[in-house]
Amino acid sequence: MTTPHKPITAPKMAIRTAVILLVFVTLFTGLLSAAYLWTRPALAAAAREEQMRLIDEVLPRSRYDNALLEDSIVLDNGLTAYRARKDGKAVALVVEAVAPDGYAGKIRLLLAVAPGGTLFGVRVTEHKETPGLGDYIEPKKDKNKTHPWITQFDGTNPAEIDAQEWRVKKDGGRFDSMAGATVTPRAVIKAVRKAVLEVVAHRDDLFAAARKEGQP
Amino acid sequence: MITREEFRKIAFNGIWKQNTSLVQILGLCPLLAVTTNLVNGAMLSLATIIVMALSGFAIASLRNLIPHEIRIPVFILIVAALVTVIDLLFNAKLHELYLILGIFIPLIVTNCIVLARVEAYAAKNPPLQSIADGVFMGVGMLWTLSLLGGLRELIGNGTLFSGIDLVVPGLSPLQLLPADYPGFLLAMLPPGAFILLGCLVASKNWLEARQANRQRHTPPAAVSAGGCH
Repeated sequence: MTTPHKPITAPKMAIRTAVILLVFVTLFTGLLSAAYLWTRPALAAAAREEQMRLIDEVLPRSRYDNALLEDSIVLDNGLTAYRARKDGKAVALVVEAVAPDGYAGKIRLLLAVAPGGTLFGVRVTEHKETPGLGDYIEPKKDKNKTHPWITQFDGTNPAEIDAQEWRVKKDGGRFDSMAGATVTPRAVIKAVRKAVLEVVAHRDDLFAAARKEGQP
Repeated sequence: MITREEFRKIAFNGIWKQNTSLVQILGLCPLLAVTTNLVNGAMLSLATIIVMALSGFAIASLRNLIPHEIRIPVFILIVAALVTVIDLLFNAKLHELYLILGIFIPLIVTNCIVLARVEAYAAKNPPLQSIADGVFMGVGMLWTLSLLGGLRELIGNGTLFSGIDLVVPGLSPLQLLPADYPGFLLAMLPPGAFILLGCLVASKNWLEARQANRQRHTPPAAVSAGGCH
């Protein structure tokens, strides 16, 4: 017969388990916080760089001479707009837009619009469209490398084009689309038009508005 | 330490015998969503290898400190914290690589492969063996998902290696079928992934059944098909 150990009671056991769990939670939360704090500056710099890279795709740097990321305002709908100026004159507005009716949720866009409504360029910044199917709205995924789908907007002005024509060819409009994936381009085309018309309607206010608070 | 024999067994288990995708049928979520082409399948698997090796090591090192009753929450805690840290470090220090692999890392957190291997292997084995197990489970996934992604891409789009230019700039995808190939939508959608995965599982079972059949019936080579199942 072995000498009986002091029996471990249920409450004692529960406390012991709870303490161990607490130690693990504290330890790993600490690890997470440390990693977060340590990487935060690098992540913020990378995010800025990323944003600049996106803007470069819709509006070449030679077109403006101001610090674009600093010259931004937040619109009523929560999206950001950057104001491109050259020699103090308004050149273009780089605005974020959202197409709410993509095939798989929201499609986020970035547009560079001249004050008159002419598009310099459009890019999709975020989407959940079916890979290999609806994702040709992203030039990187588009099989057509010389004229990616999204470049059809370059140089067009929705403010001067009839709503009937501002559609995919399948619906009687001017834009190409891939067979089997027309929900995605429809959503993008609609959102681009809406965003441009809003910019044209409010252009003076947008360029005159004070900078986003908290920004230098 | 790890013996050669052990190592071979772990490798064989991961790559073939207990293949996560074909035998354990684990982690179907990324399987369906991401393997629309070969490159995506391979990249997801590479990210999985990194995560599995590290979480296997962490759990195996701490395994004697974790009470059996609360092992699952502790495993989840450790794996989730670790993956988040990997995600942050990758993003901050290896940004180029992060742009390629990064989108797959959050997918892995929700993948049951990591928790399953940690519970089935790392919780009971030493750290070195657990790293090897994680790596080879990932390697098994790598060839399976690459094959599945490649097949889907070929059938669905007529291409191979599409997206390779994002990983290795300068390389371009291969257009294997004629450029006017209309595409086969089903292969690109999740049901296509299920059907092809089913075919792969069947092929593996067929191969193994054939092998077992041969071993049982040596030396007579000619065996009637369907004789033994």
